[in-house]
Amino acid sequence: MDFDSLTFQEVTRNFGRRRALNRVSLTCRSAEMTAVLGSNGAGKSTLLSIAATLLSPSSGTIRYGAQTAREGGAALRGRIGFLAHDLFLYPELSAAENLSFFARLHRVSDPANAVDAALRQSNLHERRDDPVMTFSRGMRQRLAIERALLHAPRLVLLDEPFTGLDDAAVAATRTRLSVLRDAGCIVLLTTHDLEAVEPIVDRAVVLAGGRLNAIEKGDGGLRAGYRRLATS
Amino acid sequence: MQRLFLPLLILVAAMFAYAPLAIANAPFESTMLLVQKIFYFHVPSWFVMFSGAFLCAGASVVYLAKGSKNADHYAVTGAELAVVFGLMGLITGPLWARKAWGVWWEWDVKLTLALVVWLTFVAYLLLRRYGGPGSEKLAAGVGIFGAANIPFVYYSVNWWRTIHPKTTVVPTLGPGMRGTFWFCVLAFMLLMVLIIAARVRLERQRARVDELFLELED
Amino acid sequence: MNFVRVVWLVVRKDLLVELRSREILYTTVFFAVSCVLVFAFGFVREGQAMDDVGAGILWIAVAFSGTLALGRAFERERQSETLRALLLAPVDRPALYVAKLIGVLTLMTAVEIVVVPLVALLFQAPLFRHLPMLLGLLLAGTVGFTGVGTMFGAMLARARSRDVLLPVLLYPITIPVIIAGVRGTSALLQADPDPAIARAWLSLLISFDVVFITLALWTFEPVMTD
Repeated sequence: MDFDSLTFQEVTRNFGRRRALNRVSLTCRSAEMTAVLGSNGAGKSTLLSIAATLLSPSSGTIRYGAQTAREGGAALRGRIGFLAHDLFLYPELSAAENLSFFARLHRVSDPANAVDAALRQSNLHERRDDPVMTFSRGMRQRLAIERALLHAPRLVLLDEPFTGLDDAAVAATRTRLSVLRDAGCIVLLTTHDLEAVEPIVDRAVVLAGGRLNAIEKGDGGLRAGYRRLATS
Repeated sequence: MQRLFLPLLILVAAMFAYAPLAIANAPFESTMLLVQKIFYFHVPSWFVMFSGAFLCAGASVVYLAKGSKNADHYAVTGAELAVVFGLMGLITGPLWARKAWGVWWEWDVKLTLALVVWLTFVAYLLLRRYGGPGSEKLAAGVGIFGAANIPFVYYSVNWWRTIHPKTTVVPTLGPGMRGTFWFCVLAFMLLMVLIIAARVRLERQRARVDELFLELED
Repeated sequence: MNFVRVVWLVVRKDLLVELRSREILYTTVFFAVSCVLVFAFGFVREGQAMDDVGAGILWIAVAFSGTLALGRAFERERQSETLRALLLAPVDRPALYVAKLIGVLTLMTAVEIVVVPLVALLFQAPLFRHLPMLLGLLLAGTVGFTGVGTMFGAMLARARSRDVLLPVLLYPITIPVIIAGVRGTSALLQADPDPAIARAWLSLLISFDVVFITLALWTFEPVMTD
């Protein structure tokens, strides 16, 4: 099961009387990294949750290639990697145990090696047998990123991936995401840290009042473009 | 349905106006005399309660299978009917029992089953009210489980009681009473239809108000 | 085969997590014991237990501690929203239900291993006279109670007021289980034990289990997905 694009078509999501997303249309293709910017409460997390198939839209369709989430079913879920605001880690288990569990759940072939590689990649190899509850926020974030990428997903969704990371970790994560993008993944991330993403994203969009607007590249940089759109 | 509402309302009002007359004219039951007449309202209340329970369960199945908001409106209506008319039954029942049998409550099959089903749908409404957003789907699950539970409660209480035998006085319908009884049943059922129509319309209006709020933001 | 593999994975993970702290195990067992003791004070008069009280207390202790265990088990999944992570995995959603069910069932077995001898001791109830039949009743009854409880616990995991709503929803639905369990156990405890009656109650429990677990498997996915 594979696909090469993620398409939002006039997607609206309501929560009671609040419209979180208003007729959002967006297409992301493979080997493309898109940043979704916006103030708190703008609907970024809702957008990602819908892309991850955790929420369904109130109206509109989301297609993965040509299929919808319902048609894709379990196989589709296996091609999506999601880093949420809540990190999806079991505090009582060790880093290695957490990764091993999710690797097996996602049917990764050769889970032991995959877990090992992931731990080395995130510089957590020395702490692999320590329970996650003893980790700092930054370490948990690094581990959570690895958890999301363990099964080599086609669609990579990241909600504020740079939270709690120091400069070295931010640089490492940036490189990691660029490599993924170059290998053909569809990368969609939300962030407040415009400086961190500017060098690596292919394009940026802004969510304001539930509506999506694109930032034109080369127009005085990301921050200027964002300020223009967020205040209009 | 809109056009039928008013004529139906008038019909039901007329039936309920006539009902006390019909009841007063019905023959006395041999042992319980005047007290037994409460049953003309008591039994139809239970009919409506169980109809409400099954409406809720059926609508819940449709809601879970199809995601139809309309089905959800019917589900909550069914649950509210079950609770309100169940409460009527639970109040009229002990009043009757006290006079007829000398006790307020009996653990016999019908009463216990009715109480358990009533509790289940009270729980349904509590969940909808206090469960936070998204509780409509959860409540649908409760509605389905609640209805599926009915045969099990019936059999378990039945076996429970027969092993410890009890004497219960079950009124038998004499010929003169049958007409009045079915008249009252019809009146209650038509009232139920009226309430369903009104309540579903209310839910639809609420959904429409939410939509209007949303459109305001556009 | 895949379904079984997923169930085993999640059960193993749950047991591993629980074994690290043993928090739910110890607190639930202790709660069940306190429950039995409180009832002992309530129902024992002049040093003699009232007749037929052992069966009732046993099943009430199971019901109350079961509710507690279910609440705690799902509270854990709520912590880092790991329930969402499980729902995101490329697995059959009903497998998650079965895995959670088995996890709580294992916990309840540990609780019952402590509570049954305790009740036999405190209320001079000859619980071990017809042990296979008693075990059958306990197993079928606990499966029924936990089957419905796991469904509701999962449903309520992200709801508000979930602590009080779980018992409010669970007890009316599991009344047949309690009746069948208590009456079946009583039939074995009475002066002239009647295994035939116990067997009749056992068959009711088994049909309850089959019907409700099937219902839960059907409705788990639509209820849990938004």
